[in-house]
Amino acid sequence: MKINLKVWRQKGQNTKGGFKTYNVDHVSPDMSFLEMFDILNTDLIKKNEEPVAFDHDCREGICGMCSMYINGHPHGPQQTATCQLHMRTFNDGDTITVEPWRAKAFPVIKDLVVDRSAFDRIQQAGGFVSVNTGGVPDGNEIPVPKKVADEAMDAATCIGCGACVAACKNASAMLFVSAKVAQFALLPQGQPERKDRAERMVAQMDAEGFGSCTNTYACEAECPKDIKVTNIARMNREYFSAMLTSYEVKTSGGGD
Amino acid sequence: MKLESKIPAGPLAEKWSKHKFNLKLVNPANKRKYDIIVVGTGLAGASAAASLGELGYNVKAFCFQDSPRRAHSIAAQGGINAAKNYQNDGDSIYRLFYDTIKGGDYRAREGNVHRLAEVSVSIIDQCVAQGVPFAREYGGLLANRSFGGSQVSRTFYARGQTGQQLLLGAYSALNRQISNGKVKMYNRTEMLDVVIVDGKARGIITRDLVTGKIESHSAHAVVLCTGGYGNVFYLSTNAKNSNVTAAWRAHKKGALFGNPCFTQIHPTCIPVSGDHQSKLTLMSESLRNDGRVWTPKVAVKGLKAKDAAKIGEADRDYFLERRYPSFGNLVPRDVASRNAKMVCDEGRGVGATGLAVFLDFADAIKRDGRKTIEAKYGNLFDMYQQITGDNPYDMPMMIFPAVHYTMGGLWVDYNLMTSVPGLYALGEANFSDHGANRLGASALMQGLADGYFVIPYTIGDYLAGLPWEKIGTDRPEFKEAIDKVNTRVNKLLSIKGKKTVDEFHRELGLTMWEYCGMSRNEPGLKKAKTKIQALRKEFWENVTVLGSATELNHELEKAGRVADFMELGELMVDDALSRSESCGGHFREESATPDGEAMRKDDEFTYVSAWEYKGENQQEELHKELLIFENVKLTQRSYK
Repeated sequence: MKINLKVWRQKGQNTKGGFKTYNVDHVSPDMSFLEMFDILNTDLIKKNEEPVAFDHDCREGICGMCSMYINGHPHGPQQTATCQLHMRTFNDGDTITVEPWRAKAFPVIKDLVVDRSAFDRIQQAGGFVSVNTGGVPDGNEIPVPKKVADEAMDAATCIGCGACVAACKNASAMLFVSAKVAQFALLPQGQPERKDRAERMVAQMDAEGFGSCTNTYACEAECPKDIKVTNIARMNREYFSAMLTSYEVKTSGGGD
Repeated sequence: MKLESKIPAGPLAEKWSKHKFNLKLVNPANKRKYDIIVVGTGLAGASAAASLGELGYNVKAFCFQDSPRRAHSIAAQGGINAAKNYQNDGDSIYRLFYDTIKGGDYRAREGNVHRLAEVSVSIIDQCVAQGVPFAREYGGLLANRSFGGSQVSRTFYARGQTGQQLLLGAYSALNRQISNGKVKMYNRTEMLDVVIVDGKARGIITRDLVTGKIESHSAHAVVLCTGGYGNVFYLSTNAKNSNVTAAWRAHKKGALFGNPCFTQIHPTCIPVSGDHQSKLTLMSESLRNDGRVWTPKVAVKGLKAKDAAKIGEADRDYFLERRYPSFGNLVPRDVASRNAKMVCDEGRGVGATGLAVFLDFADAIKRDGRKTIEAKYGNLFDMYQQITGDNPYDMPMMIFPAVHYTMGGLWVDYNLMTSVPGLYALGEANFSDHGANRLGASALMQGLADGYFVIPYTIGDYLAGLPWEKIGTDRPEFKEAIDKVNTRVNKLLSIKGKKTVDEFHRELGLTMWEYCGMSRNEPGLKKAKTKIQALRKEFWENVTVLGSATELNHELEKAGRVADFMELGELMVDDALSRSESCGGHFREESATPDGEAMRKDDEFTYVSAWEYKGENQQEELHKELLIFENVKLTQRSYK
């Protein structure tokens, strides 16, 4: 196959970027999308041109590192991570446009690489159960109904790639944040800090500059792990109930 | 050099409790005076950094990914073993210990493995308390499954994403300490050297992967949790960026490297589809419970999966069932892998490359119905179809072995300290616990055991004997290390040769796979050594790395890692040469039974190989730590 690529090139965070066009020949339909980029980069290096920087690591759809915005969709036309997209999805001669995630809270570092540390900071604000190592009850001490454990697991499978933010016209991080809030709100282990957690994580999300939910469900439609917008509904309930009934509102610092 | 394993004396089951009592403690008020560096944030690193922060130490944690949550532990599928005996099926700490020692083909320490089995039960409790959503039964209690041929059901799991959930649990504990100010996290930062002051590890040199800034960090102890080195083979199930650099740098600064040639090759991976292949994807070995492995009896060139049905029953060779009637398709990983290679070497492999065998579910679907198979393996079948384009409900899968895990790693004593005082290695980065072969669902157990329940005890013993004065990074030892790192970075950028880093890496991988892979022999290993030496020489004359040192530069990162992989590759070959026995994942063709099965030589090789770096281009020196078995009797494995 022959593929025409329109790729966003940007030297650094403070330099202006733009699209560059490349032709990649000898593309096999069995290649993954990232392997096609490997070929492109080898071609570029051989021509003494700097290769395109892109994030990737596990290449099996679970680490959440890869993050290409392909033909107007985060991770491309399929509901998978970029690394699981294969070239057989495209046709010989196709032109494919590749951009980085676009969101104010995810500044571009270089080419297709963005800074997603805002996600880490939201998790640091409350995405945990405050238990130290050791001195915890036996694993079977507190039964958890299977249905509840399964629903918590559905939310916990989020890979933190940021496709939901990239998909949203407001660049909202509600799906990502709600997945963690929902996981802990469902499980008995998450109950003691349930209210604080919702308040802190939402406060940090707002502080990072993510937009508000648009209710268009684009996030769910593009999520490679099928995280449901019902988590957002749950987070809203958690947040409102916490605002009305919690003892105090803390906006910074974690649990002790 | 005398290797002191520091295994405590006394009965096996009391060693760890006794040892914990004998370890010195650091006064709670003094803990904040000690700084600890943790490199890597996978299961071992994240759990260690969080637990040490909770105790009150000042921790600096480093990862080269954009977030600690992306460490490759995230990709582990199957599960985590623990001797809980929740199923009332006869499991016990001693049985898990015994299975692990036997599975490792008697090349691991009894004391270490027993401790691992002991703390396994606490790991599950810890993870549940953190909110890890393990699979549960309808009554609300934790579910278990049998895994990797084990006779008891002791594996805890969270769908096929156990590694992800355990890592996110450890990541959440780490985040809590970051938010409490006890851990300072450095993302996108790579460790490029260890700094030794007065014979002790006192810091590291790092490169900020975004700005390229080279920096010094001093501390009272350094803990390496940097994973395995499977990517020396270029193609493996490891993440693309997993590398040996941190461990290798430590090795060159005096840390001995244990059993480098012990590599685990997993039988059920998706085969290579062409030269563009960048990594291999594992399919859970549970597939072998229902799939039948076969190739045609007579070679059929380029046989596609969709044409498999044209080969009649009489013309198929179910080679595992034929050779191992009692275990059949469920023989251990190394046996299944080696046999797949053998039939492909005979020219009977299938697929476009001839480097694959069929894994056929037709009989299972006929027997149990499509629905049952879908319920068991649906997600795996979908994943297979996503990657290959073939539908395994209609035609057999194609599989081939791939490098998955490295049992070897930095040599450590019972306290997980390397041969450099103050330098520790945890998880896959160390050599301990798995011997010559790791059992399924044991990697997660070991990573978390080391991080949550071993290092918090043992590191105190070392720090208690160390003055808490900090040392400045303006010392000559730091400056010298920085200079060396800078020189190397600049050297890589200045060669401006003709070949890309990936081309060198691929070539190295092919050599390692061919001669130091599933089965090895002396002439092959010697040939590999010459080839690697020549490749190394060419690399430093002809590699091309574009861009600069002061920006995000993936090629520069890769170049440094591949340079280290080449040196490691040579050591692996040396180690494989010196161990002329077959054991675990290490099959030496010269050491086989008359019917071609692996034969251990306990009289000669019941030891750990620990290699000492002797300088650039010098032959490394082999030290032997004899393994003493007081509790188990050594037996040869047989699956006939």
